Amino acid sequence: MDALSEFRAETRAWLIENCPAPMRTPMPEEERVWGGRNPVFKTPASKLWFERMVARGWTVPTWPKAYGGDGLSKDQALVLGEEMANLGCRNPLFGFGISMLAPVLLKYGTEVQKIEHLPPIARGEIRWCQGYSEPNAGSDLANLQTKAEDQGDHFVVTGQKIWTSYANLADWIFCLVRTDTRSKQGGISFMLFDMTSPGVSTRPIALISGASAFCETFFDQVQVPRRNLVGELNAGWTIAKELLQHERGMISQIGRTLGGTVPSVDKVAQRYLGDAAGRITEPALRDAIAQHVMNDRAFELTVRRANEENSAGAGAGGASSMFKYYGTEQNKRKYELILKCAGSQALGWEGDEFLPEDLQICRSWLRSKGNSIEGGTSEIQLNVIAKRVLGLPD
Amino acid sequence: MSLILNEEQTLLKHTAREFFRAKAPIKALRTLRDEKNVQGFERALWAEITTLGWPGILIPEAYGGVGFGYQGLGQILEESGRTLAASPLIATVLLAAPLILAAGNETQKQRFLPAIASGEILFALALDERPRHAPSHITTTAVTTTAGYVLNGRKGFVLDGHVADYLLVVARTADSSPAETGLSGFLVATNTPGITVERTFLVDGRNAANIVFENVALMSEALLGPQDALYPLLEPVLDGARIGLAAEMLGNGLEAFERTVAYLKLRTQFGVPIGSFQALKHRAALMYCELELTTSAVREALTALDEQGADLAALASLAKAKACEMLELVTSEAVQLHGGIGMTDAEEIGFFLKRARVAQQLFGDASFQRERYATLLGF
Repeated sequence: MDALSEFRAETRAWLIENCPAPMRTPMPEEERVWGGRNPVFKTPASKLWFERMVARGWTVPTWPKAYGGDGLSKDQALVLGEEMANLGCRNPLFGFGISMLAPVLLKYGTEVQKIEHLPPIARGEIRWCQGYSEPNAGSDLANLQTKAEDQGDHFVVTGQKIWTSYANLADWIFCLVRTDTRSKQGGISFMLFDMTSPGVSTRPIALISGASAFCETFFDQVQVPRRNLVGELNAGWTIAKELLQHERGMISQIGRTLGGTVPSVDKVAQRYLGDAAGRITEPALRDAIAQHVMNDRAFELTVRRANEENSAGAGAGGASSMFKYYGTEQNKRKYELILKCAGSQALGWEGDEFLPEDLQICRSWLRSKGNSIEGGTSEIQLNVIAKRVLGLPD
Repeated sequence: MSLILNEEQTLLKHTAREFFRAKAPIKALRTLRDEKNVQGFERALWAEITTLGWPGILIPEAYGGVGFGYQGLGQILEESGRTLAASPLIATVLLAAPLILAAGNETQKQRFLPAIASGEILFALALDERPRHAPSHITTTAVTTTAGYVLNGRKGFVLDGHVADYLLVVARTADSSPAETGLSGFLVATNTPGITVERTFLVDGRNAANIVFENVALMSEALLGPQDALYPLLEPVLDGARIGLAAEMLGNGLEAFERTVAYLKLRTQFGVPIGSFQALKHRAALMYCELELTTSAVREALTALDEQGADLAALASLAKAKACEMLELVTSEAVQLHGGIGMTDAEEIGFFLKRARVAQQLFGDASFQRERYATLLGF
């Protein structure tokens, strides 16, 4: 047995031994563990699973042990992921610290910053939010106006962010601020600060789908120590763009990673329109659903191919934009199809007259409209593909 | 299963690209078309392809082939799609060789497979009878006689039917339900009395034939595969053809797309390259996404052919459906984005459009594949 097969066998044995049975079932979104100073565990099993995975360094398996990881190689991490998928193990910890901040902190942070911030992320002790968009800086993100005045040993931050997911629940924020008004992209810096700092306030935003994780976030003379500046002063745009690639990669998977809790189009259609043998009786919908699930499959294969190409060192530069664009548009199409199949059953807003899962379909359908806006609109993604992959002129 | 090519496959792809660019550029297809060439392809080109060993790529060494597999053939077909090269690769290599390998008896294999590998004989599959692909709707009959069979019926859209030395004919030997049962295969020399071949000139500048069988007397040795039960052997071969054709269509789409993007950078209006207009950028980016999805589907399907994956039928329909959807979009947009020049016969982009629609129809278009996929998945 080669080393990797040995690792696979050990990993599998450990997971079987340590992953509680309830943690090997599809996870409803509300049972996600986000960690933070006031962590919420919906069940004792999710707390146990979280603690075991943290102790093993497998919330962030490829990070060095000094930062709270287990120092696994890419191949080993892939094996771990495969074995977790095979056994149906839940992801023990979610968070923007792991998925967005850490990749750029590992690359651009100082050793002091890494030691200060990475281990608490790995252990799920600090929950992060993202301070990017502003009322007048959406697609034109570099137009952001939140200013940070340089006071030597600290900055004073004043301004407003919007669409800050879970700002009301987060402990820290990674934030884009303007440190120079003379240059658009060249006057942006990347900073980290504690959300309990005096002058920080948040206000949740209700969406067309109802209550949401999004907040408006206000900064009134917030003092940020200079050591919390990541990278050089006025050099934050490079970091910002790189972080966006990680965010887009995450959003593009929205329709897929929720696993068993997202209804598959063909199953919903069978429930409402299937005959005794399960054949969908509306020919036009059946054709549209077939096209949809085939595109899903081709998309998944493309994600897999990109991963293989990355491992082989031959990935395309605009891949994350393609996945963000296609994945989110596909998720929107999925909910439109589900809505057509379920008819009036999926048009309920609230109340006992509707099944909970049908009410959820309606809310998810509305929420899906945001997928192609957040993290860079579909139109921006197509611009990026045209420029970076196809080399079309400005 | 890997979705990226290994070293040998990559090398083969490069060889094929150089070969087709040098030996079978689009102007060669134009010449074949303008001359109304009797063969519909260049014998000299086929001889060179034979020298490279490609006719035997799916044939095991024991029967004179090289047994390199479908992923390799897929790369050759993709590259042939970039120059729209006309050759017997589809009819003889992709269809006939695997069908004889799957259904033939030892005598038939010994007789025909080495002759295919050496490029000596050409085959055609006489299957479809309707304008749209419907492989089980067969009314051509083969009635048993004391000496063998008598064949009656007509076939259309027979690729290479006008040049084939032998035909693989699918005929009904028993009336039964469902339509897939009661079908048999026959291996018939094209010059057998009672066979009339009418060449058809298709829009893509390549050729097929309508073939009439009128009381064609066959010896019992002509039977290919088990009587009344060819279909289970035929279907995986048709899936191979769907996937191989999807690879050719991918090459067609990639080339038409790359030419179009190059034109967007070159052509200026209002004093700027038209590729700087956001309306056109977005259309190009959408095509790019469709090409990426098609590439993945084709690669996975080719691998499934080599590994005889359980999922082969669904992957074949996936690859062909994506290739059809992608190519309808890309070739239509290619003409539009070339503007007036794209409508002229002098510009080559129209050749991609014409070949695309023929390839889309062969072995089932996108809606055929979607219907089949839905059935395979049980909805």
